[in-house]
Amino acid sequence: MTALVLIEIENGRVRQASRSAIAAASRFGEVDALLLGEAGAEVAARLSGIRKVLHVPALKHALAEPAAALLAGLAGSYSHILSAASSTGKNILPRLAGLLDAQPISDVVTIQDESTFVRPIYAGNALATVQSSDSVRIMTIRSSSFDPVAEDGGSASVEVLDAPANEGKSSFVKLDQSQSDRPELEVARVVISGGKGLKDASNFHTLLEPVADKLGAAIGASRAAVDSGFAPNEMQVGQTGKVVAPELYIATGLSGAIQHLAGMKDSRVIVAINLDPEAPIFKVADYGMVGDLFEILPALAKAL
Amino acid sequence: MKVLVPVKRVVDYNIKPRVAADGNGVETQGVKMSMNPFDEIALEEALRLREKGQADEVVAVSIGPQVAQDVLRTAMAMGADRAILIHTDAEIEPRVVSSLLKAVVEKEQPGLVSMGKQAIDDDMNATGQMLAARLGWPQGTFASRVEIANGRVEVAREVDGGTETVSLTLPAVITADLRLNEPRYASLPNIMKARKKPLETIAADSLGVDLTPRLKIVSVAEPPERKAGVIVETVEELVEKLKTEAKVI
Repeated sequence: MTALVLIEIENGRVRQASRSAIAAASRFGEVDALLLGEAGAEVAARLSGIRKVLHVPALKHALAEPAAALLAGLAGSYSHILSAASSTGKNILPRLAGLLDAQPISDVVTIQDESTFVRPIYAGNALATVQSSDSVRIMTIRSSSFDPVAEDGGSASVEVLDAPANEGKSSFVKLDQSQSDRPELEVARVVISGGKGLKDASNFHTLLEPVADKLGAAIGASRAAVDSGFAPNEMQVGQTGKVVAPELYIATGLSGAIQHLAGMKDSRVIVAINLDPEAPIFKVADYGMVGDLFEILPALAKAL
Repeated sequence: MKVLVPVKRVVDYNIKPRVAADGNGVETQGVKMSMNPFDEIALEEALRLREKGQADEVVAVSIGPQVAQDVLRTAMAMGADRAILIHTDAEIEPRVVSSLLKAVVEKEQPGLVSMGKQAIDDDMNATGQMLAARLGWPQGTFASRVEIANGRVEVAREVDGGTETVSLTLPAVITADLRLNEPRYASLPNIMKARKKPLETIAADSLGVDLTPRLKIVSVAEPPERKAGVIVETVEELVEKLKTEAKVI
């Protein structure tokens, strides 16, 4: 059996989530990587555990329509086709499944054997064990559940492929990137998140950033905070945002709604800071602190 | 232009789901059911297109047992002009749903399919992409803004690390993300009016689609539970515990 993994490049490196997907794919046998866009063939070839990199420089923006068409053409050589459960993977792989009339398997957290997988349903309130009878199994991998392969150690060959003919049905207009020097939310070792208790966007900066700086942490937000305009969409942690599982998760000024818990409850250590001692977040926290975060957070930044 | 809006009946988002005693799914007997929240957003977007004069008819479609009529009545109370129920009592997966929806699209010939990015029960996030693939239509997934002009639709998409904008030819499939809009509530007069709007039922097995799932559910289990920890009194105590007990900083 051979698996194909759609990988993504960010800031000149293979995304950690893609490297987790490669680790998952290695359970099935040999692994090839598919890279869309001009950059990154050299770094992809150095990845640990890759047999071959298929590089398609012409597919610059990884639009779903040509990418899925390309994958459908390659599918005959593979038993499994994977990607990270990223916005790119979730856009392209189900479309591929539609072309192949297969049932994709989203957000895989455990691989039991070549056809049996565990995935969360109902916002992580239940875990379903599912068995696929498709000839090519198409799945996205929840990166927090698989340790990523190393960024180097390999020396894969690179094969350049042409893009499929452009049907012109979709075109890229622009990408508005959020600028940040902080680690990526989904792969950060420490995450500090704020909720509505922070009261406004400026407090997000003045209260959370000093703590995040000390810990090298990524900053997250609850859905309520995002909906109130305190933080941008891509900072949202939860079932409808990012799913994270850092070593340390610090939840401040957020109550712990079911949908937020689904996005962070697999963190190794959880700290909750909240004014309301009855907040559900304390039920999942290893360490809780009841009090005013406007006093606690500056003190925490100082104490670290 | 006609807009087709697929809607799914799911366990209400305010209900904490419980794994059923037989370990094959989640308890749905006697549990409040509602329209999938992402589908409400997709429907709202379709209604706004009609109100802007860019769509002339909004058709809601659901697939499932007879009781799924209730979400179709809700859709019509919100403003959908009519509704179609593809009736089946079988458990169906996105692969089958997208095949059935393709059959509806071929019959109805909409210029746009507006649907939720995922259902909050199986969280699969696949049906819209699969439908677009089957139709050979372009897709605008995880939409946070939709604008129609000059025979194309421009979709701002919520992607990791920012917002991507794509331009698609019509017809197209768009899948709604949370911040696309805030859906309206159905008013009581509109709920009354919705009772008189047309609701057509089509038997799923009349559409020539194999309903057999490829993904078998072997079992459904509760996730491992986290235990509540300790309450600390001071920041110093917290830092101390994180250093020496949890060894995480």
